[in-house]
Amino acid sequence: MIRDERLIFEKSVAGRIGFSLPENDVPEVDLAKTFGEGVLRDSEPEIPEVSEVDVIRHYTNLSKRNYGVDSGFYPLGSCTMKYNPKINEDIAAMDGFSRMHPLQNPLSAQGSLEILYRMDKLLSEILGMERVTLQPAAGAQGEMTGLMIIKAYHISRNDEKRVKIIVPDSSHGTNPASAALAGFEVVHIPSDEKGCVDIASLETILDDTVAGLMLTNPNTLGLFEEDILKISEMVHKCGGLLYYDGANMNAIMGIARPGDMGFDIAHVNLNKTFSTPHGGGGPGSGPIGVVKELVPFLPVPIIEKRDDYYVFDYDKPLSIGKVKSFYGNFSVVLKAFCYIMMMGSEGLKSASQAAVLNANYIRKKLEDVYDIPYNRICMHEFVLSAQRQAKNGVTALDIAKNLLDEGYHPPTIYFPLIVHEALMIEPTETESPETLDAFINTMRRLAGQAETDPEKLKNAPKTTYVSRLDEVKAARTPVLRWRP
Amino acid sequence: MKSSYIPMTREQQEAMLAAVGVNSMEELFSAIPEELKLKKDLNIPDPLSEHELNKQMLTLVEQNFDSSWNLCFLGAGIYDHFIPSAVKHITSRQEFYTAYTPYQPEISQGILQSIFEYQTMISELTGMDAANASLYDGATALYEAALLAARYTDRKEVLVARSVNPEYRKVLYSGLKYSGITIKEIEFLNGTAQDKKSGTLDSGLLQAAINENTAAIVVQSPNFFGIIEDIKTISQKAKAADALLIAVCDPISLGILESPGALGADIAVGEAQPLGNPMNFGGPLLGYFAVKSPYIRRMPGRIAGQTTDSEGRRGFVLTLQAREQHIRREKATSNICTNQALCALTATVYLSLMGKKGLKEVARQCINKSDYAYKALLETGQADGVFDAPFFREFVVKPKISPERLNNELLSESIIGGYDLSKDYPELEGCWLVAVTEKRTRTEIDLFVRKVSKICQGGIFI
Repeated sequence: MIRDERLIFEKSVAGRIGFSLPENDVPEVDLAKTFGEGVLRDSEPEIPEVSEVDVIRHYTNLSKRNYGVDSGFYPLGSCTMKYNPKINEDIAAMDGFSRMHPLQNPLSAQGSLEILYRMDKLLSEILGMERVTLQPAAGAQGEMTGLMIIKAYHISRNDEKRVKIIVPDSSHGTNPASAALAGFEVVHIPSDEKGCVDIASLETILDDTVAGLMLTNPNTLGLFEEDILKISEMVHKCGGLLYYDGANMNAIMGIARPGDMGFDIAHVNLNKTFSTPHGGGGPGSGPIGVVKELVPFLPVPIIEKRDDYYVFDYDKPLSIGKVKSFYGNFSVVLKAFCYIMMMGSEGLKSASQAAVLNANYIRKKLEDVYDIPYNRICMHEFVLSAQRQAKNGVTALDIAKNLLDEGYHPPTIYFPLIVHEALMIEPTETESPETLDAFINTMRRLAGQAETDPEKLKNAPKTTYVSRLDEVKAARTPVLRWRP
Repeated sequence: MKSSYIPMTREQQEAMLAAVGVNSMEELFSAIPEELKLKKDLNIPDPLSEHELNKQMLTLVEQNFDSSWNLCFLGAGIYDHFIPSAVKHITSRQEFYTAYTPYQPEISQGILQSIFEYQTMISELTGMDAANASLYDGATALYEAALLAARYTDRKEVLVARSVNPEYRKVLYSGLKYSGITIKEIEFLNGTAQDKKSGTLDSGLLQAAINENTAAIVVQSPNFFGIIEDIKTISQKAKAADALLIAVCDPISLGILESPGALGADIAVGEAQPLGNPMNFGGPLLGYFAVKSPYIRRMPGRIAGQTTDSEGRRGFVLTLQAREQHIRREKATSNICTNQALCALTATVYLSLMGKKGLKEVARQCINKSDYAYKALLETGQADGVFDAPFFREFVVKPKISPERLNNELLSESIIGGYDLSKDYPELEGCWLVAVTEKRTRTEIDLFVRKVSKICQGGIFI
């Protein structure tokens, strides 16, 4: 392969063009006269001058240095890297959806409104909630929205002393970050020896200053919080609300529902559980569902059906307002809608069952060569520890980098924080047993090499476009843009 | 397993259950208390085949009046610009769109380099020192900018021009509601001022509102009415008060208009949807966020940085992660985890294709065509001018009949009319915000003007 490290800017040739625009067919405005002094640009921005073929080659080459779900197995824990069905992409790209303006008359957008309305109903059913808002653009924004609703709820009851949000020490980093942003004080509770919420610790924290508890279930260890009913009873008894972080919803679709567990608010990541692609880091979509009592606080607008027409309802005096422009990431919602339509109830349940079976299969086949701190039947993911290998100098990072050379995207590493040398593995349901077996063999071979020839594992990756990158240098002397 | 997305066969399932050491699928879920297990099927429609889904979706599409067969003169923050074919050929490459956030840089150089290029282009357009990898949309980018300013200055009030997009202000209000940061809105000059300033921020009122608690001044240019604001003068006022100037700017306009950085802004944010992204009924969008150097380490969201690999070759990583939630948890600068990477890639490819000349040409045609449409509408005598200041791509007129009625009747002529400003500005009752991009031809504009004129004269009835 020809190695071309140049940025698109470094391929620029003055005078070359890559655009094709119609000729201007109206009178030219005299810019200087119309806009006067100081309004027009002094110097041109350094946007590259390249041809269309330059652009296509450049970005095609860049794409070859990237790894997607279609490239191969991507067992990135907590991220649910399942296959992204192609039909969903095609439908979302149709002119009739993609070329709709959000502010056009709702009567001229009934197809789009119907999707939003039906998606609210579908997700409400899957989550066991009363209503769903599709506005949050990602899971983290769903959390933020949920926390604002918790705040608004307590304030509406003149209960303003509730300033604390409880999060487990195994929680996603977004949980405490969102809580802090919404103006709450964050209290961490430890996990017990089984890897679940420590009930005794929870008991000591609960009082009338607690606004709510954020929990993901199954938790980030891939374990179901067996005491969830007890936890929700305890939190509700002290007047707090329960927030469900739906990042791990892929384990329980059609099997159990956050609403039935006692959660008051739940988000789901459509870019995880409902198969929409992650786009290299976004766009996502993080709808949240709420119980009946919290419906008045949802962001506006709510989509309602009146006299056979779908309408936007902005008349919600208790609403927290808007968390994002318009109605959320519509095209992502549309793809997830298509997914649910093709899966049906049975399909969603099968997906969760296969995801859980796949995770347990890998766990079982690796338990003798890696440590598994909380080793019991897991849900859709589990956490290995490379502490045994680390004694020989082979860390979780080394294992991850060796997996790159083997053609895999590695698992999530060093998370959750409560497991040393963590490797969090989530295979999803869209992987075949043959793929799992091949991965298991590789992991076993690496464990063996960590015993016999640990030094050999220290220099990976060797086959990738770049070798290990100096992250310290990047942070110490930040170079965040190209300069001419 | 009946789904084509689940490869496990019945036989394989049995073998795998045995390997795990359980007798049934149910046993795998035994950790879930019995009373919590769903005893019924989810009440959702029976599964569709791909072909059936396609057919059903086509019936929904038929109820949508999209801009491929309706002439779009609606803007108000989201714009119907031309998108070159090459853009989607790149963004449909699976290596980009099916990847996760680039946590493993060695196999993510494609997306990381594209983010680095995106950051460079946004910095260039805005005249800033650095940009992040993007945020959800312009509105949430403004919210993050206000937070940054309040934390940096340790002050608690943001002054926001009322000529800033109302959608942005709504998001700002809900976002800051529980933060202890207050918002004070500054009126725009209304009426028939002849000094070419009507429709812009009232600088007298702004001056009076500035005090030692002012964290930032927020101004949009072109503002919601399409009018160019005097960022330079406003930024001087901010500087004099040790407050930050946050400029909300449209990236297409920056092909021709002076950059906010050069005019003294500290932070530039805005909606980069017009850079090659479809309108998508309002989402996903692309919030850009760019700053001068003192604020770099306080930026929210992902940032790509250049570094070297163990052999000294250039490479890219996510950097300055000490700001972020997965490291700092509740002390993070923001809770944001995702960016809008694919939309940012779209913008990067779009800008690469356009180049500096193409972008300038798009901006120029927006100016020419909106000016042409504005003058033609006034000439019919069926619409009056409202403001007197120069505008970009979008302008305000007051037609003889209400915008609501006008829009309804235009729709039956396959025209998506402008934005009814009375929804957000009671004082602009009857005023209509019309956008004209480079896509509209002279013939289309003439048709639009003729229809508007006829409808206003009562010539067309539904």
